[in-house]
Amino acid sequence: MQGFNVDTSHFLAGAVLVCSFALLYQARLFALLNVFAVQSMMLALAVGWQAHVQQAGHLYITAALALVMKGMIIPGALRRIVQNMKIHRTIETVVSVNLAMLAGVGLTILSIMVVFPIARMAGGLAREDLAFALTIILIGMLVMITRRNAISQIIGFMSLENGLILAATGAKGMPLVVEVSVASSVLIAFFVFGIFIFRIREHFDSVDVDQLSAKRGDVE
Amino acid sequence: MGIMVVIGSCLALFFVLAILTLLWPGIGLRLSYGATMLLCLIILFCAASSLLAGNSITSVMLPIGLPNVGMRLRIDALSAFFLVVVNLGAAISSLFAMGYGVHEKRPGRVLPFYPSFIAAMNLVVLADDAFTFLLAWETMSLTSWALVMSNEEKETQRAGLVYFVMASFSAAMLLFSFGLLAGAGGAYGFDEIRASNPSAWTAGIVLILVLLGAGSKAGVFPVHVWLPLAHPAAPSHVSALMSGVMTKVAIYGAIRILFDLVGSAMVWWWAVPVLIVAGATALMGVLYALMQHDLKRLLAYHTVENIGIILIGVGLAIAFRANGLNAAAALAMSAALLHVFNHSLFKSLLFLGSGAVLHATGERDIDHLGGLIHKMPYTAFFFLAGSAAISALPPLNGFVSEWLTFQSILASPGLAQASLKFLIPVIGVMLALAAALAAACFVKAFGVTFLGRARSQAAHEAKETDNYSLTAMGLLALFCLMIGILPSFAVDALRPVVGMLTSGTLPPQDIGPAPLTLIPFANGRSSYNGMIIFIFLLLSGGTTAWFIHHFASRAIRFGNLWDCGHREDNPLAQYTAASFSQPIRRVFGGQVFRAREQVDMPPPGDSAAAVFKSRLVDPAWFLIMSPLARLLEIATSRTDFLQRLTIRRYLALVFLWVVMLLIVVAIWN
Amino acid sequence: MELIVGLFMQGLQMMLVLLVAPALVGLVRKVHARLLMRRGPSIFQPYRDLLRLTRKEALVAKNASWLFRVAPYLIFSSVWVASALVPTFATGLIFNWLADILAIVALLATARFAMALAGMDVGTSFGGLGSSREMTISSLAEPAMLMIVFTIALVAGTTQLSAIAGFMAHQPVGLRVSLGLALVSLVIVAVAENARIPVDNPATHLELTMIHEAMVLEYSGRHLALIEAAAATKLLLYMSLIICLFFPFGVATAEGALGAQFAGIVIWLVKLSIGALLLAFGETVVAKMRLFRVAEFLGVALVLGLLSMIFLFVLKGL
Repeated sequence: MQGFNVDTSHFLAGAVLVCSFALLYQARLFALLNVFAVQSMMLALAVGWQAHVQQAGHLYITAALALVMKGMIIPGALRRIVQNMKIHRTIETVVSVNLAMLAGVGLTILSIMVVFPIARMAGGLAREDLAFALTIILIGMLVMITRRNAISQIIGFMSLENGLILAATGAKGMPLVVEVSVASSVLIAFFVFGIFIFRIREHFDSVDVDQLSAKRGDVE
Repeated sequence: MGIMVVIGSCLALFFVLAILTLLWPGIGLRLSYGATMLLCLIILFCAASSLLAGNSITSVMLPIGLPNVGMRLRIDALSAFFLVVVNLGAAISSLFAMGYGVHEKRPGRVLPFYPSFIAAMNLVVLADDAFTFLLAWETMSLTSWALVMSNEEKETQRAGLVYFVMASFSAAMLLFSFGLLAGAGGAYGFDEIRASNPSAWTAGIVLILVLLGAGSKAGVFPVHVWLPLAHPAAPSHVSALMSGVMTKVAIYGAIRILFDLVGSAMVWWWAVPVLIVAGATALMGVLYALMQHDLKRLLAYHTVENIGIILIGVGLAIAFRANGLNAAAALAMSAALLHVFNHSLFKSLLFLGSGAVLHATGERDIDHLGGLIHKMPYTAFFFLAGSAAISALPPLNGFVSEWLTFQSILASPGLAQASLKFLIPVIGVMLALAAALAAACFVKAFGVTFLGRARSQAAHEAKETDNYSLTAMGLLALFCLMIGILPSFAVDALRPVVGMLTSGTLPPQDIGPAPLTLIPFANGRSSYNGMIIFIFLLLSGGTTAWFIHHFASRAIRFGNLWDCGHREDNPLAQYTAASFSQPIRRVFGGQVFRAREQVDMPPPGDSAAAVFKSRLVDPAWFLIMSPLARLLEIATSRTDFLQRLTIRRYLALVFLWVVMLLIVVAIWN
Repeated sequence: MELIVGLFMQGLQMMLVLLVAPALVGLVRKVHARLLMRRGPSIFQPYRDLLRLTRKEALVAKNASWLFRVAPYLIFSSVWVASALVPTFATGLIFNWLADILAIVALLATARFAMALAGMDVGTSFGGLGSSREMTISSLAEPAMLMIVFTIALVAGTTQLSAIAGFMAHQPVGLRVSLGLALVSLVIVAVAENARIPVDNPATHLELTMIHEAMVLEYSGRHLALIEAAAATKLLLYMSLIICLFFPFGVATAEGALGAQFAGIVIWLVKLSIGALLLAFGETVVAKMRLFRVAEFLGVALVLGLLSMIFLFVLKGL
């Protein structure tokens, strides 16, 4: 049974990681939102499984939060924003998709080599999931810096939060307070970004971040 | 001892021949090249017998050279193998040159340097002390530089300059490394260096210096920049020697120093820079080659790629040996050495073929060729064999060494270091990508040059070359096939070399499930039999042909090519080299070469031609060489004032320098 | 006696792959048609097509060379030899030690090299177009294939297909993310190599969308029949490869009873039919990609292969 538990948690953490790579692959905005929703649902499954294995009831709430907020509400809201504001729907990338995905693989190897020596004492379960979670965080950052579209940067930030939650569940005995604060920080960030975008939309005609730097007011 | 005498006299005869052709330029070309070929064959025979005899070591010390050191020469298994490689390539190039050399406009500029070049290469392989090694290395560089400069086109000037600078650079790096190894005592003989135990730091620095020095001569990225300029500029038989043989001599230097001289200090992390540099070289070499439309420059870049593949094998051997996995190290080293031999065969074949094409049409640009398979059928067939061999297609020889390299990559999970366990599969991916892109590049090279329709008058009027050239190319193609279907003989011949370098061996090749099977691991878990696959292919193809011709139809009718309904007579409407590589340029070129394409279409109704411009930036020049050159210029212009001082100031400089040295000596004591 | 039986079994496998391949293609077309609410041609129509083509006169361009006429035979024999080596209904056949995955992939590369050269032989733009696109796609698929081979060899310890099939059939594999990713990667590579949707449309003749068809545009008669038979056999090879590597349950051993062999054949045919169904379904649901998006698609295959290797290392404990 021990083997089956370990295998399932690895499978679910790996599924969240594969969704991160899928985020790097998408060229269309709606597809990006859908993949993010799938990633959040997989995260909910992973956290729920950890709740079952670790006999930690509060983790069920985290799973439900992830499922409802990040799997349904936020993607739906972002989809409405994109439709209402008629935002340009293809995502321009700074580096090619292949290079970004290969960089993602490099980040995976890097996380494994960083985490494995450190966490050797912590027991088998936490170590691999911590490595995967670190990778998801790094890939979230990679999504943010290789996309020219503000919506995709929000998605990158959110998937970074997903990685943080996965890391937190791996460690036993994480209190609910921290999770609520994490969730609220996500919400606040969402509000900030949303207002930012509305502001951007009013004053300039696009949410392409690169166009913003042209308006920066520096001497060119 | 007898072998050494024979080889020594052959080398001396090379120099005699060089002097003769210098003094009497009227000497017959055929005679000169024929004599060279004969001498090479003698040395080849001696070296092969020494190799097959096993672990024999012969050394001799001549009383010339440095005092207390003399000039030492030695033949052991490693030297014997590389002597075989050098002399086989040289013999066949000389045979080719007997027919091709008549087209040389100024033979006096080529004939004296050709035998001395071959002699110098042989001497590098035979050298047993640092002085002889470096003397022979520099002679090799100088004679090949002279051969490159014999070409009278305007691109040769830049090629010669860059080659000169890079050759001096490589000799300097090797000089420093030997200086470090010999230590303060000045023990330059290889025997003494072997016996000394260098510290880890010294050995590490020697690794970097050897990678730069020998690597530059071999064509490692990014110090390969001279290779695509110099190799095409030389006459074709010399290009074959430079690409097929001289680069291998550089590999010999690297292996001799890293595995033999400082082998005792080998640690696992040595494999990391070697593998990274090798993978980058392989990939960059083939990507450069895909962007070329000059046939000889394309082949020169492929040499860079194959040197990368050889170094991958060497790096794997280092990783395995440092971890004590001697059997796996033997496999990796066998793969690398077999690829050394295979590459010298098929690269020489391809360069000789390009020489034949160059002579027949006067063109090196493949966009002006086409349809040559009808005009030069034998050359086309041999070039096809070379292309298939370099693309690693079974049942030819390129596949065997690639298969062995992949098998040694698959043995990597046994390593202890995590970074190596992750790095090696990534390098394997780069190797697979390079191999596949090489096949694409040779479809382009062969397809645009030989297939299709002639794109220019020169291609239309081409004629087949002479019999010497054809015999030389045919022999090489035959060897490619033989090694492909009888690989176990080659692998068995490599046993003494591999055993000397890695203290491990491959399992005996006769324990397989069938004769002539290649077995990399002792428990017989993977195997390859080239002969049986060759027989299967022949049988299945033959029976299919017989069946269809007898029971179905043999009828054939000839008509025009498919032209969508409107007559397509213009041969320029065919795919060119740039068109063929356009998808690859789109996928890879944007990041690697900053490839930008621009099409200027005239407005509708205007019958002016559309213009297509493709802009590529060479990353080695742009990122590394040009900044270095600029830095050098800045530094020299700042210190230029030192050229114009007064006498009093010069004396002051000398005085200050002497005082500083005395201070250093005082502090050190 | 054993030698004769062994040779007979190997010969049986060789003929079986040749005879079943056109039916496989026919089944895919039939299911595809049904999903599009058409009746579709009979499953055995490809046999009739091949027979008709072999009896026709071959029309060859005046400026074609000997390579053009020899290439179909080389392509066909390479693909046939390669697919005759992949274990189908039994492992441990007499030539099973020859069935190295790398050698099989390389034989397919030989076939592709010959086809690309044949495409360039006549000197039309179509041929060049097909050849250049084909070589680009194959060069992107090779690294992914190597990663899959590496992952499998990491688990099974060898690259010999027979031994791998035996290993996978009798091991409790369990919930392995790593092998699942390798399976997805191999499916992507197989789709690219066999010129199916979303990489290439096997039923089109528009130059914007052709890759494989563009290379063979000049061929007719028995040459075209050989090339079509080779394409069908290649599809069978890749399906058998996927079955052998990931779903080898029910495969017989060569020393087993005759009944087990027969059951092995039936099970293999059932698995092939399921594969054909899934392929047809996939082709109907997904649209063909733009050519440069295919490069990213194959990049996904490579990344999945790399991830599967990383996951395996993680699981096995570095």
